Amino acid sequence: MATFLNEVWRTRSYSNQDICPKINASSKQRPRRVRPLSLAGHVGFDSLPDQLVNKSICQGFCFNILCIGETGIGKSTLMDTLFNTNFENFESSHFEPQVKLRAQTYDLQESNVRLRLTVVNTVGFGDQMNKQESYQPVVDYIDRQFESYLQEELKIKRSLHNYHDSRVHACLYFISPSGHSLKSLDLVTMKKLDSKVNIIPVIAKADTISKSELHKFKIKIMSELVSNGVQIYQFPLDDETVAKVNTTMNGHLPFAVVGSTEEVSVGNKMVKARQYPWGVVQVENENHCDFVKLREMLICVNMEDLREQTHTRHYELYRRCKLEEMGFKDTGPESKPVSLQQTYEAKRQEFLVELQKREDEMRQMFVQRVKEKESELKEAERELQSRFEQLKRLHADEKAALEEKKRLLDEDQSSFSKRRAAAQLLQAQSLTANGKKDKDRKK
Amino acid sequence: MTEKEENCVELRQSVPGLQMSFIQGTDLFGYVGIEAVLDQMRSKTMKAGFEFNIMVVGQSGLGKSTLVNTLFKSKVSRKSCTPNYEEKISKTVKLHTVSHVIEEKGVKMKLTVIDTPGFGDQINNENCWEPILKYVNEQYEKYLREELHVNRKRRIPDSRVHCCIYFLPATGHRLRPIDVEFLKRLGKIVSIVPIIAKADTLTIEERQEFKERIRQDLAANGIHVYPQKEYDEDPEERILNDRIRESIPFAVVGTDKEHQVNGNKVLGRKTKWGIIEVENVAHCEFANLRDLLIRSHLQDLKDVTHNIHYETYRVRRLNESNMDFSELGLSTWLLENGTADKWESESHL
Repeated sequence: MATFLNEVWRTRSYSNQDICPKINASSKQRPRRVRPLSLAGHVGFDSLPDQLVNKSICQGFCFNILCIGETGIGKSTLMDTLFNTNFENFESSHFEPQVKLRAQTYDLQESNVRLRLTVVNTVGFGDQMNKQESYQPVVDYIDRQFESYLQEELKIKRSLHNYHDSRVHACLYFISPSGHSLKSLDLVTMKKLDSKVNIIPVIAKADTISKSELHKFKIKIMSELVSNGVQIYQFPLDDETVAKVNTTMNGHLPFAVVGSTEEVSVGNKMVKARQYPWGVVQVENENHCDFVKLREMLICVNMEDLREQTHTRHYELYRRCKLEEMGFKDTGPESKPVSLQQTYEAKRQEFLVELQKREDEMRQMFVQRVKEKESELKEAERELQSRFEQLKRLHADEKAALEEKKRLLDEDQSSFSKRRAAAQLLQAQSLTANGKKDKDRKK
Repeated sequence: MTEKEENCVELRQSVPGLQMSFIQGTDLFGYVGIEAVLDQMRSKTMKAGFEFNIMVVGQSGLGKSTLVNTLFKSKVSRKSCTPNYEEKISKTVKLHTVSHVIEEKGVKMKLTVIDTPGFGDQINNENCWEPILKYVNEQYEKYLREELHVNRKRRIPDSRVHCCIYFLPATGHRLRPIDVEFLKRLGKIVSIVPIIAKADTLTIEERQEFKERIRQDLAANGIHVYPQKEYDEDPEERILNDRIRESIPFAVVGTDKEHQVNGNKVLGRKTKWGIIEVENVAHCEFANLRDLLIRSHLQDLKDVTHNIHYETYRVRRLNESNMDFSELGLSTWLLENGTADKWESESHL
């Protein structure tokens, strides 16, 4: 099948000689060509990263966080604390029949950086009696975001640079501070999500655990995650500027956090803290909890890396699976490169054939149903007819009976009137007879 | 969306004025740290490096190689010595690509210069733009193919032409037919920056008149050169680009020789009547061109190529081969879900 793509490759007729080494099949020439060059003066392209950054500032950034945790574990409070603002949140009930997700988008700005933040919270996670399907809505939500991005990317007329990226960049998994180990629900959920999103586990409400218990708890959690093969997000170590701080932070995972939006005066400052009768837990004090570390890692150091990982690793994996599912391959059955067009045409034919088959099936079904209905209706009609006949007969019988009765009545009546007439005659006769007798007597 | 999905996700869009939350300033109590994402982005892009592909088109002898060497202050292209008689009569335009990696202050850039020797040199120059057109489209095609792969590379190698510098000879009159034809055709698929080459043969007044006439010719023929008016995104950019548009085409002089002027070493051409300083804005507009191409609009050139020219090519290509993926996506949904719903409605006869 000579497709247009192959045509272009075959008729490279714009020169008899070598066009440019890159298009040439033999790539032996390529490494020789790209050689480093020293500059004799200041050219000025060192401003390139700045140009790029300025463009991004104009466009704004996008960041999406998914918070998974049981009801009341402190997800919304932590988000409020992290971003220093009051996202409108109301407490959810414990009686949700199903796990739901609530997504809210906000526009934040710090100096000249605009951030479009989307916070997705799970509602009712871990509340049901049967928690087998609890992870499913979360997985579906993440897949849906990937799907809509993929659809946009595959559109003919697309605008990717204006597209509001709603793919989940980071997933904060809230572990409840039991002090023992992970729950099975936690393990199952995290296992399902680790290939779809960057998971950062955090221990919530960490002020209920003492320091020594916390240390043991953290070790237990990490070993459980490793032994179950859950791949959580590792802070990147390839960039020298952040490698050192990232390595230390990797050792502090999972972060034990405390969230609070209330301010308490400590010394002569107002700090975010939780006040107890026995003391004040300061959120931003590194000795009290790991909140500052989480903020450092999530926002200040690795936000861009989280976005990049989502795009290059998780999204590409999803895309590959989806396209393979749809039947697209890079290489054909003899491992020759198959052009997308051929695959597409083949799929299209297949689809049209399938459509035709379905259409025929439907038509047959339709015809059959019509026949059935027709026979049903005929049956009903016949029944009706017979009933009508029956009723008619009944009616006729009754009518006959009534006629009979009427006849009898008439007969009765006529006989009665005859008798009456006879009686009257008799009476009249007797009267006249009596009159005659009287007359006779009188004479 | 099916009903089940509507139950699962409740989305509240960010309505401006209702749920907008602004944090001004970076006072310690209100510190979040979003600003740091700029530095992260900077360090990531510096580590990854940049790619830039520039094409120079013009008749031989107009100083293409010299200009590129002057722009990038190094021996990027080798100047062709005067071709002998046989070479000049080559039948077609040959494109010649050279790649270099240059580094400045930690920023690495892979620069590719595409030269077009033979353009406009033959006696019959009809269709001399064909090879160039084909080359540009071929690069788009390569990128598109890579992008459509199921297993994609992390970074698709970008060989698309980001900028095409077109050399106009300093005749002083108007655009020639070959110029008009080339600019018309290629202006649609690539960002063209026209320049007046060897501008030291024009006086300042002649130069202004020439530029004015060229601008009129461009407008009369409907040719849009970089920076295109349609792609200005905000008023600030428009003002900046308007100023640039008022002075295109830049009149440039290129050289790689240095001379002493007033005790400083400057790049210049030494003649009997004086030294033409290349980087002096009073003498020629090379500095403007360099600032436009490299210091301020390099990223913009790449963005325009990627977001506009490449997308146009892609739309055309996908329409040509009737490839509509959304159709396919929907179809697989139908096949998977079956037409169960349709059965239900059929039974209500």
